[in-house]
Amino acid sequence: MAERLLEVNDLNVRFATEDGTVRAVDGISFGLERGKVLGIVGESGSGKSVTAMTLMGLTRGVNARFEGEVLYKGKDLLQVSDTEMQNYRGNELGMIFQDPMTSLNPVYRIGEQIVEAIRAHENVDKRTARARTIELLRQVGIPNPEVRADDFPHQFSGGMRQRAMIAMALSCNPSILISDEPTTALDVTIQAQIVELISRLKDDFNSAVIFITHDLGVIAEIADEIIVMYAGRVVERGSKRDVFYDPQMPYTWGLLGSIPRLDRPRPERLHTIEGMPPSLINPPQGCKFRPRCPHAFEKCKEEPPLENRVGTPGHLDRCWLDVEFKRGHRDETISGGSVAAA
Amino acid sequence: MIIVLLAVSFVTYLIFFKIPGGDPAIRIAGRTATNANIEAIRQKLGLNQNIFVQWWDMMKQLLSGQLISYYDGTNVVQQIKEGLPATFSLCIGAAIIWLGFGILVGVISAVTAGRASDQAITALALIGISLPVAWLGLIMRYLFAEGGVSTVMPDGGYVPLTTSPVQWFTHLIMPWFTLAILFIGFYGRVLRSNILDTINEDFVRTAKAKGLSSRQILVKHTLRASLIPIVTLFGLDFAAVLGGGAIITETVYTLHGVGYYAYTSIQTQDLPPLMGVTLYGAAFIVVFSTLVDVAYAYLDPRIRLT
Repeated sequence: MAERLLEVNDLNVRFATEDGTVRAVDGISFGLERGKVLGIVGESGSGKSVTAMTLMGLTRGVNARFEGEVLYKGKDLLQVSDTEMQNYRGNELGMIFQDPMTSLNPVYRIGEQIVEAIRAHENVDKRTARARTIELLRQVGIPNPEVRADDFPHQFSGGMRQRAMIAMALSCNPSILISDEPTTALDVTIQAQIVELISRLKDDFNSAVIFITHDLGVIAEIADEIIVMYAGRVVERGSKRDVFYDPQMPYTWGLLGSIPRLDRPRPERLHTIEGMPPSLINPPQGCKFRPRCPHAFEKCKEEPPLENRVGTPGHLDRCWLDVEFKRGHRDETISGGSVAAA
Repeated sequence: MIIVLLAVSFVTYLIFFKIPGGDPAIRIAGRTATNANIEAIRQKLGLNQNIFVQWWDMMKQLLSGQLISYYDGTNVVQQIKEGLPATFSLCIGAAIIWLGFGILVGVISAVTAGRASDQAITALALIGISLPVAWLGLIMRYLFAEGGVSTVMPDGGYVPLTTSPVQWFTHLIMPWFTLAILFIGFYGRVLRSNILDTINEDFVRTAKAKGLSSRQILVKHTLRASLIPIVTLFGLDFAAVLGGGAIITETVYTLHGVGYYAYTSIQTQDLPPLMGVTLYGAAFIVVFSTLVDVAYAYLDPRIRLT
């Protein structure tokens, strides 16, 4: 069995704001093994980025409160000191961010920024670090890396910057690569290349990946297991196969329905999930998705626990609806209601 | 650049002629002058000519170092040159103090934002910005200079560096701080807000995610980006004080620099020195604006000219 790298147990992240306490992440649990890719999906404000940043210790601050455990190789990262956390960042956990345009410092050369990351963790001289930087840039597919390492970020295209970010995140050979919407700011052809690159490097570097996105289309290519988050909670969790072919949560249907599919008849319009994500200060009673759910009924005023309701082991969801009812009705949402007409 | 300087000089000339009591001929002629006297002076100084011709003649005299004061007949360029050591000593010393303390105060204040030290610094900075230089200068003299409450410092005057470095230094300490205090408060405030803005930039988060220490993040990533607006401010402020803008400080401490020269010329409504000092000051502003642009290119490669 593969090495268990990460074990998150009942993680809660709360921020005290002037308007009240924001429950950004509300009791989520998951695990990650070496060589696997975990996809975290959800719309803006569902807590997926906060989860990722909490793993890196980037949400620490005076107004943040944490509960639960983030066990990395058995050590609880929520408990380690800020200075100790520095050794994990970059070294054990690498992270790439959403917007490669602003995530690199505009005033330093690309190469310098990667060298800096290497030298933050390893006691090597500049020449060695630079040689490794060039090798990394080559691995992420930057042409002519000896020369391009001396470019400034504004001389790189968006896709190349994201490649440079990946090179930087992998520079100290971390066990886990956290990718927070790495493809969102890129155009579609580049998106596919970046996803492919992350997938390949995961094997080359023998690491695990947490891939965060709101785009199920992107995650379909790369993830082994998928977590669907809504309002800071996990609403569905299962293997890629479970989530794509037997989704149990109406929210997941909505996400699936909002991506264009070439293999199904084209609906009039893509599905949209009505309404807005709920406030995380005063979340709705019961099931968090109830106000936006077309199938909500009386029982939904009480929140369903995250448990296995279908036969497949490891496939968990938070929905009271009858499994057979759902299997009969979900295609209306997923295919935009045009299946019958086809 | 040249065009800017010419325009500045012409506007100065125009303003001077339009102010009440501006006509130099009447003042030079004295109280009991006859019209004939005044006319003779006009003739001699060329004041009866077209204003453009007058201005151009004065510019030619100034640039060839021939310009003579109406009031006491001294050479203007010579006088400005004599004021330079005092002005440069004052300004360079004060600039080092205000830049150093300004950055220090700004960084401390930003790092401890919201805590007691930040609030104390904020209060002090506001007091510093609000203190009138003339008042501050007098109070400092009262408190520290000879003849005042405590006699730790010599009172006013300028001793050239070549005469006695120690005297030079002790005579300048009070003027330095008097001039610097306003800037320290102001720079501290500006830097504090720049740093707090920069801290939320994505690239600072990246630096943190790399595992850099908070010190490395502050110095290498946050501070460098935050200093760019400070460079502009500093370039222009420094040029302004070097160009004779430290009038009040120089006057309070009787430092015979360019600012002091400007002050006495204003009192006697002496046109030629005023033209000289204005143009000298404008030249510094123009030169330093260019230097600021060069510094920008160094600090931010995106605006580097290829």
